[in-house]
Amino acid sequence: MQTNTIDSSDGKRARSRLEGARYPTWFAITEGVRSALSSIWAHSFRSFLTTLGIVIGVASVIGMVSIIQGLSFAISEQLQGLGSNSITVESFTPVRERLQRRFASLTQKDLDLISYRIDGIESITPIMYLRGQSQVRYGAQTTVAQVLGTTYSFQEVGQYFSLYGRFLSDSDNRTRRRVAVIAEQVRDELALPENPVGEFIQINGEWLKIIGLPEPKGEIFGQSLDNRVMIPYSTMTSMQGNQRSPDIQIQLTIADLNNMDTIVELITRLLRSAHNLGPDDEDDFRIQTADQLRSTFSSILNNVTVVMAGIVGISLLVGGIGIMNIMLVSVTERTREIGICKAIGAKRHHILLQFLLEALVLCLLGGLVGVIIGYGIGAVAASLIPGFPPAHTPLWAVTLALGFSAVVGVVFGILPAAKAANLDPIASLRYE
Amino acid sequence: MALIELTSVSKHYEMGQHLIKAVDNIDLSIEPNEYMVFIGSSGSGKSTIMNIIGCLDTPTHGRYVLNGRNVNGLDQNELADIRNQEIGFIFQSFNLLPRATALKNVMQPLIYRGIGLADRRAEAERVLERVGLADRGDHLPNQLSGGQCQRVAIARALVTNPSILLADEPTGNLDSQTTVEIMALFDELHDEGQTIIVVTHEPDIAAHSERVARLRDGRIVEDYANEHNR
Repeated sequence: MQTNTIDSSDGKRARSRLEGARYPTWFAITEGVRSALSSIWAHSFRSFLTTLGIVIGVASVIGMVSIIQGLSFAISEQLQGLGSNSITVESFTPVRERLQRRFASLTQKDLDLISYRIDGIESITPIMYLRGQSQVRYGAQTTVAQVLGTTYSFQEVGQYFSLYGRFLSDSDNRTRRRVAVIAEQVRDELALPENPVGEFIQINGEWLKIIGLPEPKGEIFGQSLDNRVMIPYSTMTSMQGNQRSPDIQIQLTIADLNNMDTIVELITRLLRSAHNLGPDDEDDFRIQTADQLRSTFSSILNNVTVVMAGIVGISLLVGGIGIMNIMLVSVTERTREIGICKAIGAKRHHILLQFLLEALVLCLLGGLVGVIIGYGIGAVAASLIPGFPPAHTPLWAVTLALGFSAVVGVVFGILPAAKAANLDPIASLRYE
Repeated sequence: MALIELTSVSKHYEMGQHLIKAVDNIDLSIEPNEYMVFIGSSGSGKSTIMNIIGCLDTPTHGRYVLNGRNVNGLDQNELADIRNQEIGFIFQSFNLLPRATALKNVMQPLIYRGIGLADRRAEAERVLERVGLADRGDHLPNQLSGGQCQRVAIARALVTNPSILLADEPTGNLDSQTTVEIMALFDELHDEGQTIIVVTHEPDIAAHSERVARLRDGRIVEDYANEHNR
């Protein structure tokens, strides 16, 4: 800023106070923010409407992201419960084979092969699902549940802790006992007593005695984990009758986590040779580790987050256009004011900065309000949906939302601000 | 040395086929502490000459030296600086910022000079007191009467310690009683040593001044001293 170099004719008035600022840039910015805030305040209702697009955009980003992040947190925690030393092997039919109606399967033979031929396995258990969901009956009540045949090892692999009674035992399996462990939802739907041990239920015409009820596990992705009946594996095979090579899933845990990759590799080779696969054939099975499962889930969730963020980005863009629109109107409306300011000495950058900072401050305020509302939406939505994990608002989302609001403010503020700065002082003074 | 030195200044517009001579070949020199009135009917070029002297507009021909500084060829930002340093504008319709209080209106030009808030406020309060509105600083323009608004505008013009007070029909929107008050204030300021230039079409206003220039069709047709005011 230039100080007054020319002495005026009268020396009566003090000049010392009229020296320029020491830090012109800082001065210009603070003055600009001051005038932007007072202008926003003077038109508070219109400012609120102007920035509503940004508020809604940012609120939906933050709400969305915090719900999804909360879900992702919960899922990785739940998968942690699976134990990172467990491996799941299941059959897999490539699409081409499926079209030819040839389905791959894993059998008891595969399980025996793995357990005899591979070292370092702590426990191994088959799981056989009764096709689809089966009807379970107790007295006059019936319900549909997922019925699976397994062994005592599944208690550890699946983290089941008995609330009443006990889990399946080794001897249940060896003697093909007609017993079942039912989960909470099944008990509830069949109107069984709170402690159902000793009651009989009927599945596929077979009577089974309830021997235990584990602690409820809740739900994941809205799918209940408590809609299960577990019966001994050998009981299940006998119930299936003479079905040819029933398809099973094999779950095993390994003793030393460092051997994970080696054991996965060994199982792959073993099963490929057992299934007579040529070097060009695809695997007809899939081996999944808990880590893999976790990374699959988190990558799905990350994709969902990115897509959401993209959609919401569009709404921010629309909000930005709204800001530009109102700023242009505001420039026209304040043409005379701009003329006055220019007449009394405002330079182009003063006017430019005033309008640019007004747009920027408007967007940032909108962003801030949006973050607060979004945080509220996330927390309320997560607590309203039953069984949904609590929302988690990551700092990066807040930073990104505010940063994006600021960018929107600058990008859509620059055009109106330039228009204002370029106005001709004489013409704008005459503007009515 | 003259404060304002116009040497064969013209402002010509092309409008279609016609060349419009808003100001045509004016030579003029105004000394410090002069009280001068430009008088003329509408279309006489008095607004244009006012805009040129006020550095809102630049002449198409000729030379304009203000306070020893050649104004020709300066860009918009440099002209803005000169307006801020040298000129105090007073308009017919007051031209106050409608959403700013009287005090803030008076503080406004000092922002463009880069003066801090505390000093701005002190200066503005001092000048408001000078024009007799010390107790109206927190009023908005629409809460003030016309005469008060014009006093605020005068305070805003004075706050930068300008070389020239440039008034365009300053009493055009005021009743006769207020007109007398405002003209009295001009006389006081003139007695304090302020250079004042007024543009008007009212002979009564011209009677206050020391010197009158009558304009017609962009030319000065008469330039005489008001001896009784000397």
